Amino acid sequence: MDLLLRGITHRYGATEVLNGIDLTVSEGEIVCIIGPSGCGKSTLLRFIGGLERPDEGEVLLSGEVPAGSLNPLTYVFQDFALLPWRSVEANVSLVLEDHPLSAAERETIVADVLERTGLSDFRKALPRQLSGGMKQRVAIARALSVRPAVMLMDEPLSALDSQTRELLMDDLVALWQRERFTACYVTHNLAEAVRLGHRIVVLSRRPGRIRTVVEIDRDLGAREAGDPKLDAVQRELWQLLRDEARAADREIADDVA
Amino acid sequence: MTSLEQSSLDQTSGGRAAGEQREGLRPVPYRGGGFRPVPIRLIGPFVFLAIVALWEAGSRSGVISNLVLPAPSEAFEAFSYLVESGQLWRHLSASLQRLVIGWTLGTALGITVGLAIGLFSLARAGLLPLVSALFPIPKIALLPLFVIWFGIGEGSKVATILFGTFFPTVIATYGGVDNVDRTLVRMGQSFGLSWRSIVRKIILPGAMPAILSGCRISASIGIILLVAAEMIGAEYGVGAYILMAGSLFATDQLLAGVAILSMLGLIVSWLIGRLERWLLAWRG
Ligand SMILES: Nc1ncnc2c1ncn2[C@@H]1O[C@H](COP(=O)(O)OP(=O)(O)O)[C@@H](O)[C@H]1O
Ligand SMILES: [Mg+2]
Repeated sequence: MDLLLRGITHRYGATEVLNGIDLTVSEGEIVCIIGPSGCGKSTLLRFIGGLERPDEGEVLLSGEVPAGSLNPLTYVFQDFALLPWRSVEANVSLVLEDHPLSAAERETIVADVLERTGLSDFRKALPRQLSGGMKQRVAIARALSVRPAVMLMDEPLSALDSQTRELLMDDLVALWQRERFTACYVTHNLAEAVRLGHRIVVLSRRPGRIRTVVEIDRDLGAREAGDPKLDAVQRELWQLLRDEARAADREIADDVA
Repeated sequence: MTSLEQSSLDQTSGGRAAGEQREGLRPVPYRGGGFRPVPIRLIGPFVFLAIVALWEAGSRSGVISNLVLPAPSEAFEAFSYLVESGQLWRHLSASLQRLVIGWTLGTALGITVGLAIGLFSLARAGLLPLVSALFPIPKIALLPLFVIWFGIGEGSKVATILFGTFFPTVIATYGGVDNVDRTLVRMGQSFGLSWRSIVRKIILPGAMPAILSGCRISASIGIILLVAAEMIGAEYGVGAYILMAGSLFATDQLLAGVAILSMLGLIVSWLIGRLERWLLAWRG
């Protein structure tokens, strides 16, 4: 199933947040969206997930929803969004409970996704007992349990420390190699984008427009830290973003003044 | 490896050097601590017993006149008489029945209305001003009206407690709903949970801490209103007993009755504490 964005434009009151976004996300690819803070990345993702409607333009799906997908467009949130009163397994089963599944089927799915994300030993733990990295693993397990066609990830690693981030990036790469999931991955971290993105969409500062799309044709599994080609891409992205980021930074300061 | 050893050697020699000139050194002044009361067992009962003992001593020595304040032992005697004559259970059961029915209905209605105000714009616009206007009215002032509306029997008494507990519960509940983390609600929506599931599994548990502290307040208000509710036409009940003792200036009985209410308050508060520990175990 592919995802098509056509001419997405949106205003909050007088401020134009997004302007004329056209984008296609094809099955099996990870598209990273980067841009200075406040440029509308999260807003764009909310449109894609159907949580909000843009003023202009449309988000379209093409092709069949894969059989067995319970929630084709599935979020992974920056702040995990786990229910603190539910254990790990109950947090996963929460999103299955509204579907016509028997208790046994549910249990099988929960056990399966916890196994795949290395959480089987933490089934009964409460979120407060887990580290940030483990919480995000639970959130990823929860997302996987509904067999999404496209995962919408809004800065999923931004709340984590850098070592944990590295570990989770490895996990995501391994997961992609096994399952070839489709994802829209919003981040402001260039290293993440270069590591995980098949294509990297660079947004300008507000109002967000697509400045460029950078394609990286190296296989995810073959990308390693210190790879000169990836470093070159990252430098190039930084060149593009630097002025935008600086301007965006100043813009927010002006707003406050 | 050698450089590591080197550096550790350096450290020990540095430590020795510091040890040699110890005279000129002072510890950093400690400025932390405080602002965090820790529970100390037995202090509460001790303070209570000390006051009662002082009071008793004052009464016996004549410092506290019997006319002003009866001795605790006299109040206790009045209480013992209540127990022995079997009157205590009569009064207590009558009061408890009113309290339980009034509080349960008031809380259930309060949670329902509070949820509605928290969830629906129309309910909020329509009911919130009403609640804000009616909450501060002392329910005792409405007692004559309640007697006309609900009869002089149990109806008016239950209604007084019901109305008294209803409003604080509404306010606690809708405040709790407002404070539920919106990202959790958005998460529920993004996974396609039904409206009912979001309310039952996300909003209600998220508002539970606020609802339970509302229960604490409304239970105390219920006990306070017991005396008011039993002002008119009550034969039995702790409140009626206190009022009767008051009108006869039987201050020892009055104190015994007040002590019963106070104990009732402690028990209810303990029960709600248990409920909190059970329902909010996830907070750790
Ligand atoms: N619900 C909203 N109402 C009003 N303004 C909003 C809302 N959501 C986002 N904005 C504004 O839109 C801009 C883009 O926000 P966002 O999409 O969160 O940016 P990003 O995720 O790229 O940092 C910001 O200036 C933000 O203040
Ligand atoms: Mg954002």
